Amino acid sequence: MQVPAPFEYARAGNVAEAIGLLERLGSSAKLVAGGHSLLPMMKLRLANFEYLIDINDLHGELGYITVASDQIRIGAMTRHRELLESAPLLAAFPIFRDAEHVIADPVVRNRGTLGGSLCQADPSEDLSAVCTTLDASCVIQGSGGQRVVSMAEFHRGPYETAVGDDELLIEIRLPLRAGGSSAYEKVERRAGDWAVVSCGAALWMDGGTIAEARVGLAAVGPNTTGIPAIGELLRGKAPSDELFREAGALASSSCSPVTDLRGTEEYKRHLAGELTRRTLSTCVARIKQGV
Amino acid sequence: MQVSMTVNGAPVTEEIEGRMLLVHFLRDQLRLTGTHWGCDTSNCGTCVVWMDGEPVKSCTVLAAMAGGREVRTVEGLEQDGVLDPVQQGFMECHGLQCGFCTPGMIMTARALLDRNPDPSDGEIREAISGQICRCTGYTTIVRSVKWAAAYEAAQVTS
Ligand SMILES: Cc1cc2nc3c(=O)[nH]c(=O)nc-3n(C[C@H](O)[C@H](O)[C@H](O)COP(=O)(O)OP(=O)(O)OC[C@H]3O[C@@H](n4cnc5c(N)ncnc54)[C@H](O)[C@@H]3O)c2cc1C
Ligand code: FES
Ligand code: FES
Repeated sequence: MQVPAPFEYARAGNVAEAIGLLERLGSSAKLVAGGHSLLPMMKLRLANFEYLIDINDLHGELGYITVASDQIRIGAMTRHRELLESAPLLAAFPIFRDAEHVIADPVVRNRGTLGGSLCQADPSEDLSAVCTTLDASCVIQGSGGQRVVSMAEFHRGPYETAVGDDELLIEIRLPLRAGGSSAYEKVERRAGDWAVVSCGAALWMDGGTIAEARVGLAAVGPNTTGIPAIGELLRGKAPSDELFREAGALASSSCSPVTDLRGTEEYKRHLAGELTRRTLSTCVARIKQGV
Repeated sequence: MQVSMTVNGAPVTEEIEGRMLLVHFLRDQLRLTGTHWGCDTSNCGTCVVWMDGEPVKSCTVLAAMAGGREVRTVEGLEQDGVLDPVQQGFMECHGLQCGFCTPGMIMTARALLDRNPDPSDGEIREAISGQICRCTGYTTIVRSVKWAAAYEAAQVTS
């Protein structure tokens, strides 16, 4: 039987209360959101804390998807299922539909949150790859106020983020611009498993040429891998199979996968390239179809 | 610590350790052994119960986190001796063999039909994709859920 080591349970009723508890308890305390990454680790005794602060009552405050003209703001407590069921979010970024259908399973998706996914900073986390692809920024709050960091600054290494011991991730911001689409593909060993490799792409057209393109890969490096060189390669060019194959080759050579039970380094490099090619092509096809 | 919640409509208050998982609270403390406990790694889904109307894996939820919430287990489906149509469907269509996965499958299926009264085979398979059955090959589970959907549709029209 797997049971976490003993700890004291506390519940925060709002953001200010959560920060107050974190300040008082320091690094002996840990937040629990959906609990679907943290509790399995605590059950395996890979993680032990003196205090666990339950922030599920913050769902009222931090469970939202707000669409403005220039950005979409998503509260950190928004659950996977709510992302998958948000028509305005999926209309702006179909990448969320692709990704959410292959993250875990519907029952896990009833609990897991966007904030928990990013804060877990697992190299295979799919929503981190999505947020890197979409050039998200993360709003972190402490008693001193709020600060906003980019995805590149947010992840500091595997299982490590820019969120301090007495801080909370409260919101993710996704910049909106016209003329684009997005897509996600994942290769997994079985339904609901973590990625062998997965890849998100977002692309914007200006007439017949590519105005901007971004790629975010999961499970091929210490954190989500965004490859800015792909944007540089694609900008100003007309989309073609050959161009996207070149982008794939760039992804394949720029990432740093390791051989493990899910596959060899060589296989993962192949997937990184192939999924980059496919998702970029899907973006263009979706732009043509107007989705 | 003390925790209070409603389980199948009845309020309960119990003394627990903060680290107690909901599945053990239900099975060992409340003696509601209809909810099963299998993989312990959030993968098999035999422990699925509802929390505030949504299926959750009770091996991955602390009993303390269920405090103040409404929990529903497979024991709560039958009303006055009448089985829920999903339970009936599993009987009619051989939706179980050993029965180990059944409580979780039934709770997920009930939640699916409450949101989507006429699901396709694909939608049923996706809904139960986080749950493992080693016996049936899933075909008869899908058939059982469809039986329940058809039965309920007929009740509505008649
Ligand atoms: C069987 C199974 C399969 C899965 N498969 C996948 C998959 O294929 N792809 C995938 O991407 N994920 C997968 N997951 C993980 C799932 O998406 C989790 O829900 C997610 O990783 C974490 O979200 P959570 O809300 O449960 O976080 P929790 O487990 O509650 O927390 C995770 C970490 O983040 C911290 N934290 C949480 N919220 C905040 C906040 N607001 N501010 C600061 N710190 C915070 C916690 O302290 C903890 O360290 C799977 C999980 C399970 C159980
Ligand atoms: S015991 Fe909970 S998912 Fe297997
Ligand atoms: S009936 Fe035996 S595991 Fe499903």
